[in-house]
Order: sequence, then C-alpha cells, then structure tokens
Amino acid sequence: MKRQNDHFPTGDAFYSSLRKRYLTASIWQTAFFSALLIAIIGLTALLYNVADGAFGYVAYEYKKDPATFTSIPVNELTRDDLQAILKENLSSGAYKKLDNEQPMAERSQSDLYTLFLERLVQIDTQATWSMTDSIFHGGEIRAEVAKKYPNATLEFRSWLTPQFLTTPMSSKAEFAGVRTAVLGSLWLVGIAIMFALPVGVGAAVYLQEYAPKNWLTSIIQTNINNLAGVPSIVYGMLGLAVFVRTLEALTSGAAFGVTDSNGRTVLSAGLTMGILVLPLMIINAQEAIKAVPDSLRQAAYGVGATRLQTVWYHVLPNALPGILTGSILAISRTLGETAPLIVVGASTFITVDPESPFSKFTALPIQIYNWTTRPQPEFHSIAAGAIIVLLAMLLTLNATAILLRNRFQRRL
Amino acid sequence: MLMENTYAIETKDLSIHYGGFTAVNEVNIKVERRKITAVIGPSGCGKSTLLRAFNRMNDFVPGCHVSGELLMQGQNLYSRNVDPVEVRRRIGMVFQKPNPFPKSIYENIAWGARINGFKGNMNELVEQSLQSAALWDEVKDKLQESAYALSGGQQQRLCIARTIAIQPEIILMDEPASALDPISTLRIEELMQELKKNYTILIVTHNMQQAARASDFTAMMMIDENRSGGVIEFDETKKIFTRPMDKRTEDYVTGRFG
Repeated sequence: MKRQNDHFPTGDAFYSSLRKRYLTASIWQTAFFSALLIAIIGLTALLYNVADGAFGYVAYEYKKDPATFTSIPVNELTRDDLQAILKENLSSGAYKKLDNEQPMAERSQSDLYTLFLERLVQIDTQATWSMTDSIFHGGEIRAEVAKKYPNATLEFRSWLTPQFLTTPMSSKAEFAGVRTAVLGSLWLVGIAIMFALPVGVGAAVYLQEYAPKNWLTSIIQTNINNLAGVPSIVYGMLGLAVFVRTLEALTSGAAFGVTDSNGRTVLSAGLTMGILVLPLMIINAQEAIKAVPDSLRQAAYGVGATRLQTVWYHVLPNALPGILTGSILAISRTLGETAPLIVVGASTFITVDPESPFSKFTALPIQIYNWTTRPQPEFHSIAAGAIIVLLAMLLTLNATAILLRNRFQRRL
Repeated sequence: MLMENTYAIETKDLSIHYGGFTAVNEVNIKVERRKITAVIGPSGCGKSTLLRAFNRMNDFVPGCHVSGELLMQGQNLYSRNVDPVEVRRRIGMVFQKPNPFPKSIYENIAWGARINGFKGNMNELVEQSLQSAALWDEVKDKLQESAYALSGGQQQRLCIARTIAIQPEIILMDEPASALDPISTLRIEELMQELKKNYTILIVTHNMQQAARASDFTAMMMIDENRSGGVIEFDETKKIFTRPMDKRTEDYVTGRFG
C-alpha cells in the first residue's frame, strides 16, 4: 500500500488550511446569528408598532361644557349627583331605555360618569398622537394643540383600560370596548376545541391503532396532510355552504325552539373553525400516538388486555402531552383566523354578548379589522388596544394548555 | 385442577409466514407441564417469532399468519372459535427488555388482574405475586412509587410478577435476562426454578450456559437453505448438550458454529 500519509498537509500548509476552515466557520456563524437577529428585530418591531398605537397623547373637546349641567367640579361628582344629572338632561325615552338595560340605581359611579361624558358632555376627539411622538415631541404637540384646538384638553392616554375590556362595541371610539369580541372569540375557541379534540383524537386513534396499512389508508393519510395546508378562506366557504345554509335548522337553533336567529351563529363559525383545525389535531395526535413505545402496547396485550383497554389505559394517557400540544396550535389558529369568519358571517357591529351557541357574534380579529378600516385615527388606537388584548388572550390560553401538558408529563 | 396431561402445550406442523415468506417452518414440539423448555439457536432463526406464536402476539404483525396447529389440552389455539385475548390470559409473556407500565409498582401488578375481572383481595394478590417473583422484600415499602424508579433487574422481576398475577398456565420468556447484568441474570434464573413448581416455562435464550443450567428440555433451531427457521432437534437438555443427534447442534452448543 502507498503511504497515504504524504498526501496530508503538514506544518505551515496545515495551519494555513486550518485558518481557511476557521474563516468559513466564522462566516457561517455570523450568518446564523444575523438570521436570529432579523427574527428578533421583526418581532420587536411588531410589538413596538402595536404599543405605539395603543398609548399616546389625545386632544379632545367637550361639545358642551360640563359646567352647563352642574356647578360641582367634574371630578367630585358622586353617584347620586350623576344619576340626577342624567335623569334631568336626558330625554325620558333615552333614560328609560338605559334603565331597562341595567337599572340606574344599580350602576356604578364610573359607569354613570361614562354615560355622562358620552350622552351629555359628548367628548369629541380632535387628534391623536402615537406613543413615540408623544414621548419625543411632547412640547411641539402641546404648542400645536394650543394653537389649533384652543378649547381642547390634551391628555396622555392608554387606550387599553379596564373599561375597554368590559364595555361592548360603540360607535364612538372613546367609549368602545372589546367585551363582545372577547366573549365571541372564547365561544369560538370553546366550540372549535370541543368539536376538534374528540373527533381529531378519535380519527388519529383509528388510523394508528385500528386501520390496516393499505393503499386506502395511505390515500386518506396524504389527504389529511394536504388539508392542513388548505387556505382558511376555503374552509370559510365550506362553513357557509354546510353550516350556515344546509344545516341552518340546526345551527340557527330553529330545531331547538330558538326563533330569532339565522344560520350565521357562533355555532356555525365554531364548527367551521373546528373543521379548519381538525387536520392539525389529527396529525399531532397521530404523532403523539406513534411516539408511545410498542413495548408498552405489548406489555398490555401480554396480560390479556383487549385493544380498547390497551389504547384507553396506556396509549392515550401516554400520548396526552402530544395531543395537548396539538390543542395549543389549534387554539392559536382559532383565535387568529379572520377570513373564514367573514365568510361565515361574523357581525361587525354588535353590542349584545353571545349567550348561547345560537347567538350572533363577533370576534377579536374581526373587530380589529373593522376598526383599522375606519378613517378616524382614534379607531386605529383602539384597534391597537384590541391587538394587545388578543395577544394577551393567546398567551393566557397557550400558557394554560402548556401547564396542563407539563402536569401530565410529570405524572408519567 | 386441569386435566392431568403431561404436555402443557404442543405444536403440530406449526409454520409462521410473513406474507409469502416462511419464517418458521413446520415445528413439532411437545412442551412438558411444570418444566422449563429452552429454545436456542443463532440470531435470526425465528426463536422469538416461534415464542410469540404461542400466545398469538404475532397477530399484531401485519402480514403474519400461521399454519398448522398449536394445541393446548386438545384445543387448537389458532382455531376460529378461540379468542386471542383468552390465549394471552392463559399464556403470559415476559419480554426481552423490561417493560413495566409507567405507573406505580402496585398498579403494574393490579392492572392486568383488574381488566381480567379479578374479584378477590387485590392487596393480597399484589403481595403474593411480588413474593413469587422474589421482589416483595425490596419493594414492600414503596408500592405506590413509580415502577420506573426500580433497577433493570427489579423491573424485569416486576414484569414476571405482573405475569404471575393473572395466574397463567404457561409463562413465555423472550430472552428475559439479555438486558441485565450477571447478578440480576442469576436471580432471574433462580426465580425460574422456583416458578416451575407451579408453571410451565418456555424460554428463548442466546446464552448457552443459561439453557444448560436452567432448562429441562431444549429445542435447537437453525435456518435452512430457504432462510426459514426450524427446530432441528428437540430433547432433554442433558442430551442436547452432551450427546446431540444432529451435527449442527453439536457444533452450535460447543461453540464451533454460529
């Protein structure tokens, strides 16, 4: 055999080739780091952009001076004062209507104060500024407001307030809230998961544990994988045709004695979302079931267990963490999807909480979309606030699912 | 008591096929009651496949089917009216790698009994089974702890206890000590001697000394020119290791082959 050793570089030649290798390595390392940096910058920009809109200076005027209603300074008004002022100045019809919604005597001071501002004083927003402008150009803004809107009050405002969460939609951005949309989104997630989790896990169990491996099951498998990538608007069309139209008697609740509704209910939308996330659930559950070691199945069969007992007592409990991971993805998708909801018919302006599966509804993404398309800048600000609410909901629901998953993982 | 037939189980021309391929060809052995029968042979000769045929574990392998007869008290276990779950209830199995359930030690024993409708005193059954598997003294204070906290040898004895708990007539062991250290192996072998007072044991092993030490009968398997495995010699262990009839057996047991 030839001495192959002679063909390897030695001495200086070795070190120069080594330097070249290190150079290539450091170039690639920089490239990987840059990729990470781009991702971080993108995410930070997103969060900053949202926060930028949700906080900032706002200049508003009172259409009517509060002094025309009362001699007491505005910030010293008590609950009783406010009730008296409202009773005195609102038309009796309007007062009665409010009283019917919730008796005036039971309303809180802040609630009455909002009504006072909304109905009588009538706040009128003149201009809003982003958080960045408000912080860095405060002086210029104050000068501009003093010149352009001499009667206006300038205030640094967070559009995201506790009140924002608890009040329903309003045609005035200052008094609008996301209550209806948040509840609608929760209903959607609930219905979608209640549908997709059992059906998805059932299908996955059948495919993994029962179905014979032949061409038919492999076609079904391929189709499930493809369905996971179908654009969501297509599922919206499906939901419209099937749940809203064909099954209207069921989804409107007509079959259960609900009369004042059509097929465009939270149930239709929830089921559409359920179908949308079903492939995702099946694939994740399948992966989780596949990951359960065969030795465990054999152990169960070895002591005389039937297939169902093996699946129920051993395969499913061990696959549960993976199944919950699928649920996390499903929840995130359901919360964020907008397109199918538009097709299925989410309401864009609704002030009544969804109270049953047969209620009309709206959802946070719909609300955000609706607000961002309005010309008034203050609506853009509350849209930013609603985005923060949406992100917070997403984090909370995901955190819950992750906590559940870790709990089950530790039990094993 | 069951009909006192000397044979616990016997095969008649038992062949195991994967699709068109015959993995094990026409096995005829008679396994004696309350004895240890070892199955030996080189890797890939179908020892484990044959063993799994005894409690119909091969039913789960796609494309696997069996021809010939597997007789237990005159009943063919592969006949149409026999339920495989009942077969596994009567013929327990211990696997190569210890595979306790990811549950407590107590649950590992109790689960099999419970799903099979055991109505007696569960605590008593758990204690008895663990004692029979020579594990009771080591675990009696931590029955509620996870079975995964036990050592490999202890886990394997737990698997044996789990099998005993459902009171099978025959226990199949698929290289039960191959994943264990020599001391744990020795304990399993001692345990087998203890168990054969009440159970018929069929064991697959790679370890020639183990077969010679522990078994009463030995089936020697080898693959033929079609790559199908078959039993080439079946006799008392003493005879197989001292005066084998077949030249290939002699080569194998003396270490000149395989």
